[in-house]
Amino acid sequence: MQNALFHWSFAIPEIWVLAMACVVLLVDVFVGERQRDVAYVLSIFTLLAAMALTWSQMGQTGFAFFGQFHLDPFTSIASFFVELLSLLVLSYSRKYLLRRSLYRGEVFVLLLFALLGALILISGANLLILYLGLELLALSQYALVAFQRGNLRATEAGLKYFILGALASALLLYGMSLLYGLTGTLDLHQIAIALVNVGSANYLLMLAVVFLVAGIAFKFGAAPFHMWLPDAYQGAPTPVTLFMSSVPKIAIFALFLRILVDGGYGSIEIWRQLFVALVVVSLVIGNVVAIAQTNLKRMLAYSTVGNMGFLALGIVAGTQNGLASAFFYAVVYAFMATAAFGLIVYLSREGFEAEEISDLRGLVRTRPWAAFLLLIIMFSLAGVPPTIGFYAKLAVFQALIEAHFIWLAVFGVLMAVVGAFYYLRVLKVALFDAPAEDLAYGADDPLAASVLTVNSLALLILGIVPGALVAFCYHALQGVL
Amino acid sequence: MWIFDWLHGLPPIWVYLLIPLAPLAGSLVAGLGGWFLRERAHWAPIAGVAFALYLAIFVLLQVLHGQTFYGNVYTWAVFGNLPVHIGFDIDSLTAVMLVVVTFVSLCVHVYTIGYMHDDPGYARFFSYIALFTFSMLMLVMANNFLQLFFGWEAVGLVSYLLIGFWFTRESANQASLKAFLVNRVGDFGFLIGIAAIYHYCGSLDYRTVFAMVPSLVGQTVTIIPGHPWSVLTWIAILLFIGAMGKSAQVPLHVWLPESMEGPTPISALIHAATMVTAGIFMVSRMSPIYEQSATALSVILIIGAITALFMGLIGLVQNDIKRIIAYSTLSQLGYMTAALGASAFSAAIFHLMTHAFFKALLFLAAGSVIHAMQNEQDIRKMGGLRAHMPITYLTFLVGGLALSGIPPFAGFFSKDLIIEAVGESSLTGATFAYVLLVLGALVTALYTFRMFFLVFHGKKRMDEHTQEHLHESPWVITAPLIALAIPSLLAGWFFIAPVGLGAFLDSSLQIRAQWNTIGEIAAHWQGTGAFLVHGLESWPFWLAILGIALAAWFYLLHDGVPAALNRLLAPFTWVLRKKYGFDAFNQLVFVQGALLLGRRFWHWGDEAIIDGGMVNGSARLVARAALSWRRLQTGYIYHYAFVMIIGLVLFMTYFMIWRG
Repeated sequence: MQNALFHWSFAIPEIWVLAMACVVLLVDVFVGERQRDVAYVLSIFTLLAAMALTWSQMGQTGFAFFGQFHLDPFTSIASFFVELLSLLVLSYSRKYLLRRSLYRGEVFVLLLFALLGALILISGANLLILYLGLELLALSQYALVAFQRGNLRATEAGLKYFILGALASALLLYGMSLLYGLTGTLDLHQIAIALVNVGSANYLLMLAVVFLVAGIAFKFGAAPFHMWLPDAYQGAPTPVTLFMSSVPKIAIFALFLRILVDGGYGSIEIWRQLFVALVVVSLVIGNVVAIAQTNLKRMLAYSTVGNMGFLALGIVAGTQNGLASAFFYAVVYAFMATAAFGLIVYLSREGFEAEEISDLRGLVRTRPWAAFLLLIIMFSLAGVPPTIGFYAKLAVFQALIEAHFIWLAVFGVLMAVVGAFYYLRVLKVALFDAPAEDLAYGADDPLAASVLTVNSLALLILGIVPGALVAFCYHALQGVL
Repeated sequence: MWIFDWLHGLPPIWVYLLIPLAPLAGSLVAGLGGWFLRERAHWAPIAGVAFALYLAIFVLLQVLHGQTFYGNVYTWAVFGNLPVHIGFDIDSLTAVMLVVVTFVSLCVHVYTIGYMHDDPGYARFFSYIALFTFSMLMLVMANNFLQLFFGWEAVGLVSYLLIGFWFTRESANQASLKAFLVNRVGDFGFLIGIAAIYHYCGSLDYRTVFAMVPSLVGQTVTIIPGHPWSVLTWIAILLFIGAMGKSAQVPLHVWLPESMEGPTPISALIHAATMVTAGIFMVSRMSPIYEQSATALSVILIIGAITALFMGLIGLVQNDIKRIIAYSTLSQLGYMTAALGASAFSAAIFHLMTHAFFKALLFLAAGSVIHAMQNEQDIRKMGGLRAHMPITYLTFLVGGLALSGIPPFAGFFSKDLIIEAVGESSLTGATFAYVLLVLGALVTALYTFRMFFLVFHGKKRMDEHTQEHLHESPWVITAPLIALAIPSLLAGWFFIAPVGLGAFLDSSLQIRAQWNTIGEIAAHWQGTGAFLVHGLESWPFWLAILGIALAAWFYLLHDGVPAALNRLLAPFTWVLRKKYGFDAFNQLVFVQGALLLGRRFWHWGDEAIIDGGMVNGSARLVARAALSWRRLQTGYIYHYAFVMIIGLVLFMTYFMIWRG
């Protein structure tokens, strides 16, 4: 692999995003306040073109940049999804940003750089590259969270996220360096080969895996490395939360896949046990603490913790099917989270974030269509058939049972029941409580409204005909082991 | 015939599919578009059912020419090894049922236009009865037990909906619930029977199952230790329990009189002509199974005969015109069931057919009377209607004579054939059944003409206001009466040889030589005329004449006689008025018992253990945990970092100590 050709064409989507991020930055300097739409439209165009480029690469496989860059079905499919999700984020948030004078070129540029980081994470085949991608993604997100400089809560959230994120990066880096010390290489395939002779009883390997898993768990937001998550989710402007809850989940799954499966599958007996612990703690903390929340964004943050627990169930299974189901879960979760936060973005207006659960009281009377979409979203998050959320959970549990983790599956189902409670409570408030008189929703952005409709209905329609999406996601993981 | 020519060009399967789908389409149009169509809602269902009748006649002609069909149309689902097919079994039995069902249904549809015209639920009613027609057609066309069960349950559901059609009346709601619950008992047996068939045969396809029946002869199953029973007897009796529910045989008959709470057209269609005969049809269809079990046949014979006589007796003391006909329906269903028990399946189907005509006629005529009487149903408050309603009078008379078994009306042929067949039977209990059925002829004539004389003859006992408004019903009501009166008069004479004696139905039935009662009769057959003459010399005929004479004497000539008889036979009539105590028993044991049991489970099981302990207990635990864990989220960054590091240290410790 090391002497593979310099196939730079494999990285065209990444190169395109990088170039266009710079273009947007420059253009934004020259257009005035009035023509901000130019930067916005340019960013949208960048994403559409990136999707097209990624799509055109579908089916190609190979290495580029002397084995540091990996193109396979997973790369193309995951890249496609993160680009699509970024596009959704942008289309949801135009009005929101305009209203809060956040409609600035820097937001788009940061978003594009974060996307670039995610793309690099997905296609990296070398520890160093992966780390660079991770930092690019993380740094852009720190800045995005704290972007509202005048807002105390946002700056606090940004700072917390940054410090803890730095700590997590340090843990990951330490794990990487231990792995390097053990195998003498940064290349994941060389590591995989080297690990064959190491064996999973090796202390150093154990230590390396513990640090790596801790770092990955932090980025996922799996308990007990989740403490940053509720504060950051709540403090950040909702479109940023929207981004944080979707794109990085797929990117971090890619990070896990690259390091611990492509490189470290030899240590599965070690990381599997760590993930069992993460699953149990995440499912309990995420689902139970979410019940006590009154803030919708915070509740969804805990729901993320719980959902990362479900995702990790597929990782625990560790089989081809298990990993595929985990990826499927990550994709489905990303789209559900997009819809959920998108709804909050859509309903908010100047001086009103629509982020308290009580803000949704009697939504069905004032905004029946939005209430219907909320119904689909919450059912999907709770895993009620016939929504796609049901199939995501079903796939994970199926893989888990095939791998003989019966008790963990039973535990997961029980926790899904607990989880259903707080999703349904939102619906109870929205559908059965009397509407508050003083509530006036924004809900006047036709673009966000149509995107939200498509996004939410997709959760339902894909639940009725899940075949294509399932096949697509499972195809991504074909031959990964 | 030329009007069917174009159908020859169609693939047969399309024709078969269209038969149930046409009424279904009509039902959907009326049901979904009812808010818009309002008083025009009848067009789609009537068109659908009329088209189904047209196709049914075509199919009957095809079957007469030997073109039958057996096969699956498509596979709906596969569960493990059990494929669920939608398929059709088109043979002579099905063809006869198709024509009877669609013909009576069409008459009732037309009649409904007049009967229900100012009811606010007009469209809903049409939607239901068309849906019923669809379900019934699916039932009779099925080629597998699951589809049969689908139709079976669907007709039950529509029956429930229609009995409770006037849902603001409490009595209607109770009646619909009663019908549903009693049928549930029967359906439970039916379902277990189907499950047993699947267990032993591994298939639910009719032909596959019937082919395996011979191999099951002699197989036994032990349910009570020490008493092995034949598997086939079990299956036959379980299936028959389903038939007892649907066809209202003692002791599962209690729902049928109550079902008269529904509008009269459905009493005619569902609770007289078609749905209640589903059990008769089913047993005939399963003749290969029943013929292998003498025990099951005896049970059927005796239950049928008991129902035939004793339900008829209750009819003598009823005063509600619809209830009298309802008890008469029970009694006639008893005759059909007894015929099944005597292996005279063709006679049962023959009686089913003639009964469908004359009983629908009686119900619709009664409806016409009720309509004219401004919803008065008590025959003691009627009288002398003959002059005001000539068409209703004449058609009712035709129906009454047919029901009483007076030649040459249709009921004479079919009932006499059944009594003859039971007389030929050599099963245990056949003599007993024969005596009951012969006596039944007297009772039938007596209650029929009691009702007839009280309604149409004698003094007018209604109030002034009603009397002024007496008039014959509009043509949409009288036309179906005439349409039904014709077969009530003629169907017996023309169809006894092909249908009653089984020449046409033989291919659908399977009868063992040792109790081939119909075969015996057919062997000595000297023509329909001879049968008629022979009938004039037999007991049932003279008993029927006696019944009519008694009714005339009691209710036309000597008004005082019934009252005197009532006093004389007080204990006897008391038992009849109490309907042998079935209702009281059910009320006391099942209703009160279930309520008591339910309350216990509710308080102790549900409230205390499940709700109190498990549900609320765990919910409280979760809520407490949520609140306390929430406090861990302090907001201080060093707490967060601390938790992370602790987690990391725990991970490492785990590996160092437990794995090291």
